[in-house]
Amino acid sequence: MSLSKLQKRKRFGELIGMIYSIAIYTVLYIPVLVMMIFSFNDQRYNYYWNGFTTEWYSKLFSNSTVIGSLWYSIIIAVLATVISVTIATIGALGLRKYEFRGRKFINNMLFIPIIVPEIVLAVALLIIFMKVGLALGMGSILLGHCTFCIPYAVVTIKGRISGDGYSLEEASMDLGASRIQTFFNVTLPSIMPGVMSAAFLSFTLSIDDVVMSNMLAGAKNSTLPVLILSMNKSGITPDINALTTIMILVIVIAMILNNKIKNALSKRKKAEGIL
Amino acid sequence: MIQRNSFKRKTLPALAMAGPVSIWMILFVTLPMLYIIYISFMSRGVFGDVVYTFSLDSYNTLLDSTYFKVIVKSIKAASLTTLLCLLIGYPFAYYIANKPKEVASKLIMLIMIPFWTNSLMRLNSWLLLFQTSGPINKFLLFTGVTDTPLNFVYTNGLVMVGLITSMLPFAVLPMYSSIEKLSKSLLEASADLGASKRTTFFKITLPLTFPGIFSSIILVFIPSLGMYYVTDMLGGGKVLYIGNIIKNQFGAIRNWPLGAALSVLLILITGLLIFIYTRFAKIEDMEVV
Repeated sequence: MSLSKLQKRKRFGELIGMIYSIAIYTVLYIPVLVMMIFSFNDQRYNYYWNGFTTEWYSKLFSNSTVIGSLWYSIIIAVLATVISVTIATIGALGLRKYEFRGRKFINNMLFIPIIVPEIVLAVALLIIFMKVGLALGMGSILLGHCTFCIPYAVVTIKGRISGDGYSLEEASMDLGASRIQTFFNVTLPSIMPGVMSAAFLSFTLSIDDVVMSNMLAGAKNSTLPVLILSMNKSGITPDINALTTIMILVIVIAMILNNKIKNALSKRKKAEGIL
Repeated sequence: MIQRNSFKRKTLPALAMAGPVSIWMILFVTLPMLYIIYISFMSRGVFGDVVYTFSLDSYNTLLDSTYFKVIVKSIKAASLTTLLCLLIGYPFAYYIANKPKEVASKLIMLIMIPFWTNSLMRLNSWLLLFQTSGPINKFLLFTGVTDTPLNFVYTNGLVMVGLITSMLPFAVLPMYSSIEKLSKSLLEASADLGASKRTTFFKITLPLTFPGIFSSIILVFIPSLGMYYVTDMLGGGKVLYIGNIIKNQFGAIRNWPLGAALSVLLILITGLLIFIYTRFAKIEDMEVV
């Protein structure tokens, strides 16, 4: 009898937990759904629901300001990802493998952009750039983005370096492979999942960044988030909703495809292992 | 000869691999951080330029009632955000951590997906929902809860909604990983020895997951102090936190030393929290991603 009572209590607890979680997911997804719904709103500015239309999706691509800033964001995000992940990959390996004076210092420095509020790093970079006379624009934004992407990428990749990596590397070099060959054929494949997550993280951090881009932007061009922030006072138009709806769909589809490919690859690896 | 060999075998690869990241961090993190501390001790010229003479003016200004009030208000808001994120997030993290691994990783993924949407657009959605002619007010009018539309727009309450919904995942993830690491045998031992569920929770679960809880505090509290765009979007310039004040000093107001001093204040708060954290956990163990 007491057992069934215990089971009942457990089931009740499970039910409460499920309802609670659904409530939280609802709150997290409401803003995304509202954003999507209002991309179909038949009104110049989004004040209230005025009827269904798809005109914003067709008009979107003729709005040169929005599309311009989208391209600006994408170019910066791609460059920031490539630069950050390259530096972070070899950096994570180097910091893990080699003992040198100041290693602890660099490891601590890597935590600063992650922990200190972004606005602090942004204004610190701004005054340094002003001091050395670097013109604000794509270059300054890119330097800023890399500065916070590199630490996140290093942390992500470091987590994927297994302690066993060295023996494989040594085996490869004993068998006559050069350092460079070993890096591309042994080391890199073993940390590839970490590198991929780091790239994904860097790209999303960069393309969504508001604070750094806003502080380091020049007068001419702005990234999409900065454009949205500047539209805030006058009201954000439904074409922005349409654009961000397309963007989230692309990201989710890319994520699903990425997972599918990963699964397929690991299955093939397993099969090869059996053979 | 031996020396040259060791250079080629050890020093050169170490330089090539750890060099770029080290140089980047020194150039774009160490130097700017030192420079902003230096600027905070300079004074402001008549035209908003920086005059390079030592002064404590900026720090004195921070103690002025106007700025001091904003600082206190920001710290209060960030504390409330953190507290609510912990209270809401802990049971949620606990629920997910007790699921089988494959289910848990899918549930965690489900938390992250909304955050791939532009953060400003998500904030804007709250504005659309809560505006005077928006769905929530229409619902309240329809059900007769209120006769006149309520004003949610540009209030502290709406800013709080924005902060909590933006920060919640950063509270959940570290707590999830520390609850998940918790050894089930400890909980069973505690129950076998006759402890009630409540006692087990407060004597075993909570203390052992404290590093995770403290990571959450750091990852929520510190960014909440500086996230000026949440207040910009949902507070409409009426609600000002430290982040907004810093941004304004480097924009229209042009008082760099004051903005630098406020930044140093944020660095000090961050440093203090990290110092407390390192007393009982290793900084490398902090779950940040």
